[in-house]
Amino acid sequence: MTLTQRDELRAYAHHATDARVNVELETEGMTLNIGPQHPATHGTLRIVAKLDGEQVIAAEPITGYMHRGYEKLVEVRTWPQINTLVNRIDWVGSFSNEVPFILACEQLMEIEAPPRARAIRTILFELARIANLVLFAGDMALQLGAQTAAMYAFRDREYVLNLLESASGGRFHPNFDRIGGLKDDLPKGWIDDTRAALVKIREFCDEMDLLVTGNEIFEARTRGVGIIPADVALSYGLSGANLRASGIDWDLRRDGGISGLAYDDVDWKVWTHPDGDCFARYWVRLQEIREAAHITEQLLDKLPAGPIMAKVPRIVKVPAGEAYVETENPLGAMGFYVISAGDLGPFRVKIRTPSFNNISVASWVMRGVYVPDIVTILASLYFILGDIDR
Amino acid sequence: MGLVESGKVPKPLTSLLSTSRKFSLWMYQWGLACCAIEMAAAFMPRYDVMRLGVIPLPASPRQSDLLCVSGTLTDKMAPPLRRLYEQMPDPKYVISMGSCANCGGPYWDSYSVTKGCDQIVPVDIYVPGCPPRPETLLEAIVLLQEMIQNEDMGERWRGDPIVLR
Repeated sequence: MTLTQRDELRAYAHHATDARVNVELETEGMTLNIGPQHPATHGTLRIVAKLDGEQVIAAEPITGYMHRGYEKLVEVRTWPQINTLVNRIDWVGSFSNEVPFILACEQLMEIEAPPRARAIRTILFELARIANLVLFAGDMALQLGAQTAAMYAFRDREYVLNLLESASGGRFHPNFDRIGGLKDDLPKGWIDDTRAALVKIREFCDEMDLLVTGNEIFEARTRGVGIIPADVALSYGLSGANLRASGIDWDLRRDGGISGLAYDDVDWKVWTHPDGDCFARYWVRLQEIREAAHITEQLLDKLPAGPIMAKVPRIVKVPAGEAYVETENPLGAMGFYVISAGDLGPFRVKIRTPSFNNISVASWVMRGVYVPDIVTILASLYFILGDIDR
Repeated sequence: MGLVESGKVPKPLTSLLSTSRKFSLWMYQWGLACCAIEMAAAFMPRYDVMRLGVIPLPASPRQSDLLCVSGTLTDKMAPPLRRLYEQMPDPKYVISMGSCANCGGPYWDSYSVTKGCDQIVPVDIYVPGCPPRPETLLEAIVLLQEMIQNEDMGERWRGDPIVLR
């Protein structure tokens, strides 16, 4: 071997090592699978994220792990039986699921609930909203590593659940709404108990402001993360607080023109936030808890007297026709499209749930974020798996 | 623990082992539906499951002794349940929480719901209710602890052998 040959070999070897080092340093794409059983996904959602280093290139939510076939099941139930099922769509704010379905039935039967029933319905609706959003506030902090806030949230949520239980008998699923009114009147002393519980809820909101809202870590992880501009939010069909956090002033309680609820009788405000990031979504929901307490207090002050049930035949038969009613649920706009053929049960029911749209935007938001932000974005979009898959 | 598996441990020692075992249950939460929120409520201040010796937050099924299937189990979710159950080390216990996990519950005629998680994993305690109150879950845990105290340890520890390929 001559000297030149040896130099040549050395040069090749040098190149080879260089190449190997380059191969080792080169970042390859990695696929990260989150779920279907993962604490950050509120149940059984699966997220498949393609990563480049620490950044997400593409993330896709895979749903269907909680599909229970609601739209098919309600076709083989009678009208009063459906109430039981519908309760379990969004299981955190159960009462609010019953309302749009009952209102659609009432619209078809052309009956109207008496004023007292309407007011109590609205009160329970807002209590369900509080139960739902208090859990969100605690859960959002829990996802970002603050366990204390979740403890406080569950502690104060129990007061609201106790109210629902003493009114309806169901701690979680009230099943209290009926076509034409409500099952029972309120129990004795309920109004004072509610006032006391609302004080606790207000205190919880202030505690969250002290514990979480101004926290440096919380702000660093939520401000500017997962920004949804207003046009994107509209094109993905977002609703509820997710839409209002993008700066769009739209609330079905005010703009829906729903006849069966008593929102027109009270003085309240729709909260919006211009930023559209995770912090805005958290902030808007926290204000909505306060606003719900405000609405409930006003309704308690001027609760009308009278019957709680309109005249409805013992065996409910809804006349043939179609109706679509949408209400502002804790998660967003929830609608029931009911088609009746005049039978004991519906011919077809289409359920529009807000969480499905809320999760649809996730793949758009998650492009280019860092891996820890996935959890933040999922927590702030706030969906319930039963609400997505039904 | 070859002695335990062959059943040669004297009674006082098994009693001591069982007592210590029943008060250190690591509970893997298989939270699926509504019951998951009630299960979480049981972990939180008002009900506080930790005073019964149950630690509810293991990082992985490989660290846990107790599986709590809470909520509607769908056919799509059943294979992951079996898979994670098999990752748990023996001896392991299963609580089936709520009507859906017991027998299908309100979705008894649904096309996509598994009617009973006992088709997928062996269940020790069934908790009725839709959803059960947190107190009911606490009672189930107390019952399970009684069961652990009185069971034949050798029988329970002779699980499926671990095969390395």
